[in-house]
Amino acid sequence: MSRIMTGARMVIEALRDQGVDTVFGYPGGAVLPIYDELFQQNDITHVLVRHEQGAVHMAEGYARSTGKPGVVLVTSGPGATNAVTGLTDALMDSIPLVVLSGQVPTFLIGTDGFQEADTVGITRPCTKHNWLVKDTADLSATIHKAFHVATSGRPGPVLIDIPKDVQFAEDAYQGPKQIDPPRYQPVRKGSVTAITRLVELIEQAERPILYTGGGVVNSGPGASQLLRELADATGIPVTSTLMGLGAYPASGKNWIGMLGMHGLYEANLAMHGCDLMINIGARFDDRITGRIAEFSPDSVKAHIDIDPSSINKVIHVDIPIIGDVGHVLEDLLKIWKSRGRKVNTAALGKWWEQIEGWKSKNCLFYRNSDTIIKPQFALQRLEALTKGRDRYVATEVGQHQMWAAQFLHFDEPNRWMTSGGLGTMGYGLPASIGVQMAHPEALVINVAGDASWLMNMQEMGTAVQFRLPVKQFILNNERLGMVRQWQQLLHGERYSQSWSDSLPDFVKLAEAFGCKGAQVQDPKDLDDAIQQMIDYDGPFILDVLVEKHENCFPMIPSGKPHNEMLLGDAETQGAIQGAGAALV
Amino acid sequence: MNALNIQKGASSHSAYDLRDPNAQVEESHTLAVLVENEPGVLARVIGLFSGRGYNIDSLTVAEVDHTGHQSRITMVTSGTPAVIEQIKAQLGRIVPVHEVHDLTVEGPAVERELGLFKVCGQGDKRVEALRIAEIFRANVVDSTLESFVFELVGTPSKLDAFAELMRPLGLSDLARTGVAALARGI
Repeated sequence: MSRIMTGARMVIEALRDQGVDTVFGYPGGAVLPIYDELFQQNDITHVLVRHEQGAVHMAEGYARSTGKPGVVLVTSGPGATNAVTGLTDALMDSIPLVVLSGQVPTFLIGTDGFQEADTVGITRPCTKHNWLVKDTADLSATIHKAFHVATSGRPGPVLIDIPKDVQFAEDAYQGPKQIDPPRYQPVRKGSVTAITRLVELIEQAERPILYTGGGVVNSGPGASQLLRELADATGIPVTSTLMGLGAYPASGKNWIGMLGMHGLYEANLAMHGCDLMINIGARFDDRITGRIAEFSPDSVKAHIDIDPSSINKVIHVDIPIIGDVGHVLEDLLKIWKSRGRKVNTAALGKWWEQIEGWKSKNCLFYRNSDTIIKPQFALQRLEALTKGRDRYVATEVGQHQMWAAQFLHFDEPNRWMTSGGLGTMGYGLPASIGVQMAHPEALVINVAGDASWLMNMQEMGTAVQFRLPVKQFILNNERLGMVRQWQQLLHGERYSQSWSDSLPDFVKLAEAFGCKGAQVQDPKDLDDAIQQMIDYDGPFILDVLVEKHENCFPMIPSGKPHNEMLLGDAETQGAIQGAGAALV
Repeated sequence: MNALNIQKGASSHSAYDLRDPNAQVEESHTLAVLVENEPGVLARVIGLFSGRGYNIDSLTVAEVDHTGHQSRITMVTSGTPAVIEQIKAQLGRIVPVHEVHDLTVEGPAVERELGLFKVCGQGDKRVEALRIAEIFRANVVDSTLESFVFELVGTPSKLDAFAELMRPLGLSDLARTGVAALARGI
């Protein structure tokens, strides 16, 4: 029995059938029929944003913290073009999103109509796939297909452009089970031969390392469990990219910290010195590899990835395994157990001794102060005062983001929302709103810098309107800190345009938005200020005035290999002597 | 990992050097890409090449299965072996791409291209142009007292050779289809 309805009704019907409970969006002329249908139902909550970029980042926060696709609804023209940054961000970080955009009626397409833009053309390179639906008969099937594409294989954002006349016209609705199975079906199981080869290497390896990434989180909670089982059973040290934090717990015994440009000394040295590198759902990003020619020169490399184009893209690997991390780890554990759970215990012991030596370098050491709040100290206190709570953290982009990755610890996946690949300033505030929508009872904190936070600060209005108690923890150095750091280290201390002049008074800004704000600048008052922020029942902006010229260390300067890290204050500690010292 | 006795895999090249033509020898490959015949699919393929800095030396596309909504794109591309592998993997992950075949690697293939050559001239040059056209088995598809249009089907190098010979004889316009290719045998 077919159900005849308008295209606009089909959109709501299809979203409901896909289990969507929240849509982030902004109305406009070309989506009015869909907004009219939204008005007449109660199953789907619409979050009215203040700018479409915010809508997409909110959907990203929602998706990353739940594992479900985020849904966005925007109008034609500027509505769609404003979504482009968020789409690119989601594509780089493999976040499943379904973006619905309105379009001028089909008979006006190509006439430069009011608010017309070639949305599918503009978004083609920044979506996993996109569709322009020209016939209402195709609309419901296209939406179901879009959810399938966004969530299958390597997840990513998709966009459906819906002309206004297609929303008004009527046709038969098709449910998700009535449509033909989509042709797009990426491989999920890895090759058993390749997995067995990797198991043989694990059994013999003297200095193995698990290099994990966002793919573990994307594969679902099961994959994180299997990773923990593998690491704990074999005793192999685990490091992770920025995107993978939480997949293996920071409190786990095999955790050696984040790697990469601002990663931990022990993690980078272990990557450099390993003899077997097992890449699980990471992609050898340039922030990770440093100088390619000297990247982990003596290791055999295995790479588990669901995207065949990630294999050998940057680093040549010896054992490629194309498949879903969860499926591959399950098979890998099964094969390793059936062969007698062997590892090279004696060699592993020595390997851990070496890693402990590097750890003793205490690479995150910084000189604290009684008079000025150091950003690292602020994050250490935030960690101490929020530990053990149901906590989600989003960040903006810059120094504060790297310090948050270094000083906050995550024991579960999906708790850490950050813009990794694209590095989008302005991501964190809207992302925190998206997370809070999905987890109303949780403590959601956005660790921000003053410059990044201003980029999407209009979304405080959204937080206040929907009574979302997001905590904005702004490490305010009145600088574009990371830009300033690079100018100091690489451009002769010529600080071109990296100073935030005319900053707003964040406390008054909070009041203007109808929420609460506070400022803190004495280290003695920091704990009370953080506690006040946590305890306040509503959105809160805490303006933490921090040391203005602090640099983020450790750091691998661009174009340098892992064993040429800059250590900052830790370098001048002097007390540390060890095998690793010679490598600095 | 000497104990494991397997070859190290680390590339000696930086990511920035991967496409350096001096780093490794560039190869020319003919790819057959079977795609869903939907709007924008060609733009996706071309956008991939321009966006990631790959070369397209020739490209032809036409629907080959009307009921199955399938088109075949035949493209000739060049790059180092690593780049060619990356091109194939990137093509393969475009959602409406069904199959990617590297005809250069997968075994012998036949490659054909059609060219139309307009040659203008009088007297001896005109006679010579017609004589060479017969040697190449080109067909005359249009003729005036002062011009011919020749149609020639063959490999790209055959068309190149024909064009070179026609140039001094008055070649004024040239249209080529690009390569269409199929694997030999079943």
